[in-house]
Formats: sequence, C-alpha cells, structure tokens
Amino acid sequence: MSIPQIDWGGAAPFLVLTLTALGILLFDLFLSVRHKVWLMHLGLTGVLLTMALLVSGFGDQKRVVGEMLILDDFSRFFHLLFLLIAALTFLVSVKDVEQERIHRGEYYALVLFATLGMMVMASAADLIMLFLGLEALSIPLYILSGFLRGQLTSNEAALKYLLLGAFASAFLLYGIAFLYGSAGSTRLDRIAAHLSHGAAWENPLVFFGIGLLLVGLAFKIGAVPFHLWLSDVYEGAPTSVTAFMIAGTKAAAFAALLRAFGTALTPLHAEWVAPLWILALLTMGVGNVAALTQQSIKRMLAYSSIAHAGYLLVAFLAGSSRGFSSILFYLVVYAFMNLGAFAVIIALARQGEERPTLSAYAGLGFRHPVLAFSMAVFMFSLAGLPPTGGFMGKFYIFSAAVEANYVGLVVLAVLCSLISVFFYLRVVVVMYMEEPREGQPNPVFSPAILITLFLATTATLQLGLLPAGMWDLAVRSVRSFLG
Amino acid sequence: MPLLSLITFLPAVGAAGLLVLPRKRQDLIRGAALGVSVLTFLLSLKLFTDFQVGVGQMQFVEEMAWIPSFGIRYKLGIDGISLFLVLLTTFLTAIAIGASTGVVHRIKEYMVAILLLETGMIGVFVALDLVLFYVFWEATLLPMYFLIGIWGGPRRIYATIKFVLYTMAGSLLMLVAIIAVGLLHAQAGGEITFDLTVLMHAEIPPAIQWWLFLAFALAFAIKVPLFPFHTWLPDAHVEAPTAASVLLAGVLLKMGTYGFLRFALPLFPHATMTFLPWISGLAFVGIVYGAWVAMVQPDLKSLVAYSSVSHLGFVVLGIFALNSEGIAGSVLQMVNHGLSTGALFLMVGMIYERRHTRMIADYGGLFRVIPFFGGTFLLVVLSSIGLPGLNGFVGEFLILLGTFRVHPLYALVAVTGIVWAAWYMLGMVRRVLFGPLTHPENADISDLTWNERLVLVPVLVLIVWIGVYPAPFLRRMEASVERVIVQVKRQQVVQGSEFIVQGTAAMNPEPSTMNREASSMNPEPLTLSRGGR
Repeated sequence: MSIPQIDWGGAAPFLVLTLTALGILLFDLFLSVRHKVWLMHLGLTGVLLTMALLVSGFGDQKRVVGEMLILDDFSRFFHLLFLLIAALTFLVSVKDVEQERIHRGEYYALVLFATLGMMVMASAADLIMLFLGLEALSIPLYILSGFLRGQLTSNEAALKYLLLGAFASAFLLYGIAFLYGSAGSTRLDRIAAHLSHGAAWENPLVFFGIGLLLVGLAFKIGAVPFHLWLSDVYEGAPTSVTAFMIAGTKAAAFAALLRAFGTALTPLHAEWVAPLWILALLTMGVGNVAALTQQSIKRMLAYSSIAHAGYLLVAFLAGSSRGFSSILFYLVVYAFMNLGAFAVIIALARQGEERPTLSAYAGLGFRHPVLAFSMAVFMFSLAGLPPTGGFMGKFYIFSAAVEANYVGLVVLAVLCSLISVFFYLRVVVVMYMEEPREGQPNPVFSPAILITLFLATTATLQLGLLPAGMWDLAVRSVRSFLG
Repeated sequence: MPLLSLITFLPAVGAAGLLVLPRKRQDLIRGAALGVSVLTFLLSLKLFTDFQVGVGQMQFVEEMAWIPSFGIRYKLGIDGISLFLVLLTTFLTAIAIGASTGVVHRIKEYMVAILLLETGMIGVFVALDLVLFYVFWEATLLPMYFLIGIWGGPRRIYATIKFVLYTMAGSLLMLVAIIAVGLLHAQAGGEITFDLTVLMHAEIPPAIQWWLFLAFALAFAIKVPLFPFHTWLPDAHVEAPTAASVLLAGVLLKMGTYGFLRFALPLFPHATMTFLPWISGLAFVGIVYGAWVAMVQPDLKSLVAYSSVSHLGFVVLGIFALNSEGIAGSVLQMVNHGLSTGALFLMVGMIYERRHTRMIADYGGLFRVIPFFGGTFLLVVLSSIGLPGLNGFVGEFLILLGTFRVHPLYALVAVTGIVWAAWYMLGMVRRVLFGPLTHPENADISDLTWNERLVLVPVLVLIVWIGVYPAPFLRRMEASVERVIVQVKRQQVVQGSEFIVQGTAAMNPEPSTMNREASSMNPEPLTLSRGGR
C-alpha cells in the first residue's frame, strides 16, 4: 500500500482547523481559569482563517487526500456554513460556560473537532470518509452534551446520545457494507457507475444498503420515527452545545445525504419516493404537534428542529438542482435564526437552569426591547412569516416541491407550518402581551452575545428581503457537483 | 418620482423614526405619527389628481427586479380600483391615529405598529407581483396581531391568535397556489414569472384553475369574511382597540374583496364561472345571517362587527354579478363601508372611553345629554344603512342594480338585507340615543371634544360628498372595472374557442376532455353572462 500524495493547498482548510484545535488543547495547560476566554479568541481566529482560505478557493474543484475528499463549491458552501455555526457558537458560549463553571479548553477544541467532522462529511468522496466524518462529529458531541458533569439531565443526554448514536452509526455502516457488497467499492463515483445500469437496482443488497444508509442519516437529522433521542439530548445538553447541535448536526447530515444521493443515487429510484414522502410528512407532523405543548423553550425548539428537518426532506424529495439549492439556502437561514434564538436564551439563562420555561420571558418586550425584538424576528422566521429568511426558505422549498409535482405534500407541509405558527407566536405573546412577573432574570449582555444577536437578526431579515445573492450562491454550489 | 413606493414606505420610515424619539414625550410621538400619516395621505391625494380618467390600465407603474432567478419582481401600480383603496387606507390611518388619544400605555410601540400596518395595507393594494402581494398581505398580519394582543380587551390573546391562525390558514394555501401559477406559466413555455399583468393572459387548464381558484378564494373569503369563515371577526373586533377596529373593518376586510377582484377573477376566469353561484350564495347567506345575528347583539362593537359581515356580503355579491354596475358599486361600497363602519367604531370607542361599557342596555336617552355625538352617530348610522343622499345608498343601489340584471331573485332577497340593516341599526340607535335616561350615571357624560370632532368631520364630509356627487369617484373607476369584466369574459370566449380547436384537431385529447368536463359541469354561467349583456 502506497502513501497517497497529499495536496497540501487543498487540505489546508482541514489542517488549519485541526492545528487550531490542538493548539487550544496545548495552551489550555498554561492558562488559569480567568484567562480561558483567550482560547475562544484563538479558536475564533482559526475559524476565520479557515473561512478565508475557503472563500479564496471558490470556483476551484479538486480532490484531496488521495481522492478521498472533494473540495468543490458545494463542500465549500457547507464548510463555510459549519465554520459560521462554530464561530457563532463560540460567541454565545462564553457566558454559558462561565456561568455553568465548565470553562475548559476542551470545550472549544471539541467544538472544532466536531466542525472538522462535519466538513469531512460534506466533502466525502467515499462512503468510508462519510462514516469517519460522522464519527468525528458525533464523538465530540457525546462528550459535549455531558459537559455539565454535575447535572443529571446532562449525563442522561450524553448517555442517550451515545447509545442511540452508536445504533445509528451501526446502521450506517451496515448500509455501507451492503452497497460495497453490490458495487464492489465504497467510492461514490464507482457506486454511481455501477448503479447506472438499471439491472444493478434489482439486487436486494442495493435496496437494503440505501435503506440502512437512509436510516443512519435520518437518526442524525432527527427524522420521525428516528427522533426519540433528540428532545432529551437537546434539552439536557448545555444550552450553547444545543445551539451548535441544532444548527450544525442537521446541516452536516443533509450535506452527507446530498453528497451520497446527489452523486450516486440520482435520480431517486421510484421505490424510494413513497418511504421518503411518509418520512417527510411524519417528521413535519410529529415535530410540530409535539412542539405545541412544550413549556420549556429549549424543548420546544428541539421539537421544532424535527419539524424543520421535515421541510428539508420535502426539498430533498423534490430533488433537482432547485430542490437541493433550497436545502442549502434553508440551512443557512436555519443556522442564523436558531443560533440567534439560542443567544437570547443564553442571555436570559440563570446558573444551573438548563430548562428555562417560557414564563421567564413574560413582559420581555417592554423590559428589554432589543432582546425581545430579535427574539420575535427569529420566531417569525421560524414560523415562516415574511419578510424574514424563514419565509423565503420555505418559499424556495415549496416551489421546488410543487415543480416536482409533490403538490399534496406541499399542502400538508403548509398545514403543518400553520400549526407551528401557534407555538412560535406563543413566545411572542408571552414576551409582548403578558405582564412581567417577580424575580425574572435580567439578561446579561456580553459584547459577544450582542454581536451574535446583531449578526443573526440582520442576516435573518436580509435573507428575507434580499435573498437573491445567497440563492444564487446556493444554486452555483449545487451545480458544481450535480453537473 | 417613484410616487407609489414613496407612499407605501413613508409610514414604515416614519415608524423607524418614531423609535428614536424619547419615550417620555408622548405628545411628540403622537404628533410625529399623525404628521407622517397626514403627509402620506396628502401624497396619496396626488394619485387622485394625477390619475388619468378613462384609462383602464395600470398607472404609476414602477418596476425592478427583486429575485431574478425566480422571476419575482418589485412591481407596483394602481388602476381605478386600487386607487380608492389606497386613498381609503391613507385617509383612515390618519383618522385612526388622530383618534388614538385614549391610548397612553406604550404609545410609541402602538404608533409604530399602526404605521407599519399602513405600509402593509398600501402595499397589498399596489403590488402587481403575486409574491410581492403575498409578502405585503402577510406583513399586515403582524402589526394587527400586536395591536390586538397588546392594547386589546380582556380576551385579547385568544382573539389575536384566532385572527392570525384563521388568516394564515387561508393565506398559506394561497401561497402554494401562487407558486403553482408561476410554475404553470413556466411549464407552458413562458418564463417563470409572478407578474400579474403577464399571468392574466396565461391560459391555465380549467381543471387546475378549479383548485387554484379555491386556494385563492379561501384566503380571500376568510379575510372578507364570507359566511361561514367569519367567526374570527367578532372576537377580533370586540377585543381590538379603537384604531385597530377602524383599520380592521375599514381596510383589512377590503383586502379580501380586493383580492377577488384583482387576482382570483382575472387569473381564473373559468373557475370564477364555475364557483360563481356558490360564492354568490355564500355572500347572500352572509347578508341575511350577519343582519340577523347583529340584531340580537347586546354589545355595540359586536353589533357593528356582524353588520360588517352583512355589508361585505353585498360587496361580494356585487363583484360576482360581473357587470359594470355591480363591480363599480362594490368598489364604491368598499370605500363607503370603510368610512361609515370606521366612523361607527370610532364613535363606539369614544363613548366607551366615557362610560367604559359597550353594552347597549347601559345606555339610553343619550341624545339629550350629548347632542353633537347623537347627531353625528345618527348620520353615520343612516349612511351605513344606505339612506338616499348619503354614500351607502349609491353603492348599495349599484350593487343591487347589477345583481338584479343577472339574478333578480338574489337581488330581491338582498333587498331584505337592507331592511334588516335598517331594523337592527335603527333599533340600536333608539335604545342608545332615545327614550328616557334610564341610567343616571349617563347624565354627566361630556359631549365630543374638539379633537374628536376634528377627527369625525372629514369622514362626515366624505359621507355626504359621495352620497350627493359620486361622479368623480365612479368616473375614475369605470375604465378599470370594464377591463376586469372584459378580462374575465374574454378569456371565457378564448378558452371556449380553444377547446373547439383542440377538440376538432384532436391534437391533445386529454386537456380538451378536461375542458369539456369543466364546461359541462356548469352550463349556467354562460346563460348568466348572456343575461348580463
């Protein structure tokens, strides 16, 4: 076995990020607790550097690390999204980790390692890489969700996530094995070549392979009925970790889904339409209905993230350049509105309170207008009301699905999002239409949280008012690998 | 000068400006909000004077790309129909802000919400791109949601959520239909576009029109509200603060009737004909039902709210008469209803501020105590029930004339609607204004203040003006009304002939059978339109 040639320029984004994470671990040894915030700055610098490297490479297409990873505009789009999520997570984390006394260097390093895993998933040219990326993402997250060692809920979250995540990984591996058994390779392009003969589809191995692959990724997406871990994990994990997971894991899993299916399994074989249709509908329906009754805002957002996975599955089902582009667009909007909402939650959270209830927000609209206004923008965007990015995202998804003739599913999707209007607006009702109560927490505005809020609010509104630029970028990125 | 954009966004800019004013200076905030709304109204008067009479096409058109890859454009324009609704909006907003002296709590946010609402409402009436229209349509929802939810009565949260959910249930399906209309145009060989003026000439297969029309019609029917989609309205009205009630009844409900006229009818002429008897029927049920329910309301506001259901039934009936009298009458009646019902809500609000009750039974004999209020109230009520010489008469007369020409029976029964209206309205006047002064605490009520008179006088002037001399209004809408009718009926002819061509050539048997089915399903509209000639 020969050692593959490494294109150092192409591998640079991955390397910079890895070195940053290792650097954080190293410097952590020399810093006292008061100065741990420098690790955040170090991490942020590494993330921004990586982003700059990626932006400068736009338009270029190559395979790196022995053709195991693809660096095209599609992967760059996702890499930038992951790095953005990581950067915003860093910004909202400081207050959270300081308050919860879990300010350790490992925290930032683990977030970066998870980001690296996401990047590998989006770049995977080989199913093995996809799996490695998924593991590199999941293992740091298992640790991070249990970071509040003293809290039972956090321990529970970590254990649940670990057990069910291991199951999901096993499913995924099993699927990969089946596909390998039928195609004789784990390389996506070879599988694609193999499946281009119609006869190959009749092999039951292909059927089971694709099915198990889907199940594995559906776990990570949180699609119903593979969602049972999600609400407990998202609620029990430290709030800033939840923010990272809610935006990042979903984006990474969809990147992998698109990479695998866009390269090897397009056009979607007819026998997969019905299962995906049902999967999408269940995910939207169960997510929204379950979110209706939640009192904890974190849990509500956890269930709502299931529902959003459902909308994204509608776009995935629609396929085509337009459907895939709408997924990319929606994931960007989704990252901004969720991280923004979590920034508000963190600003208002008190120590040891990992289950903030809605009543903590009563009267916020007039006590802290700026905070409440941005929260309202995020809620309207999540509900899909214009003029926010959430509306444009849904508009693109529904257009793609109507174009692909899934009108019935779109009608059901809008009815589901009608349900969601109720619980998103309930947050606004509590903030603006209920009187403040005694002993409510006062928000802590650190500059980092203010920056996050500002970025997320402007981005959410801008993507709603002038979405053309981001949309064109999404289309371009999808075109780079769909051809 | 982009006059329409200026009028549309001036209130929003004003709202942003209000945000920086100091919270303590309530008078300054009130003054600034009033100033912005009056300025907007004065600017919109320029639309009235510069409007070219006799031109049915869109005027003051502004156009630029918004989301090019989806063919979504920022396109504004008005014709003789939307002109009056824009004017009504700017007029009533200024009145509503002027009348909001009773609000002292969180006045800044209140004014910001009203001004943002104004931008949304004007936008709905000037947008010529379907997606842009939808954005404005939804944008009116949020300010009204806050207005009812923050400054409303005791059950405000229930009312406001009901309002939002009802409206969104309709509008989300409309969104799907809007997407479908644009994509159908692309699939038929054209470019993807949501430009109304282009899409009006698209020929959508009747079977698909059927569904698309239903989706649009549901959104509009909920907004109007057409029986049986009206149940959100009394709740919203009873809980809403006065200004919100004025704008809700005065403008927001017209978005529904306007939507029928501007979008549902021209885009789906075939389906319009199919559903015409049903919608007329619902309108007609609404007229009678609204009147009957209004008759037994103990609460002044819910009485006026149910009277709106009845009056808007007339408007819909007139639109679906599909002749120039009916539609012109409807457009005029939208304005009339905005003025008289707006004034009614204002005056109910004024008396509520004095006595903090809206129960009819708590009043009686007020005329002797507050004669100016009594006289004005009487005049507004008379305008609302369509007394000749006042505005309501002209609109209702034209609507009934138009309906009579196509459907004499409907017109006859609709006339009884006017009788019911006279009954419950005058009955309410009798119990509130006349008779003995049964409640001694009513003896010390003060008459209208100068501010309140100043707010009401412009409305009264218009009520009398339109009643006596409606020509300047009718003249401006004539050509546009004709154009809508031609649009709906011409496509009828075009599609009929196309079906013959397709049928004989047998090039594409499938759509032609759909055509045949759809037209055989409902032979009635053809006789109906012939009767209309």
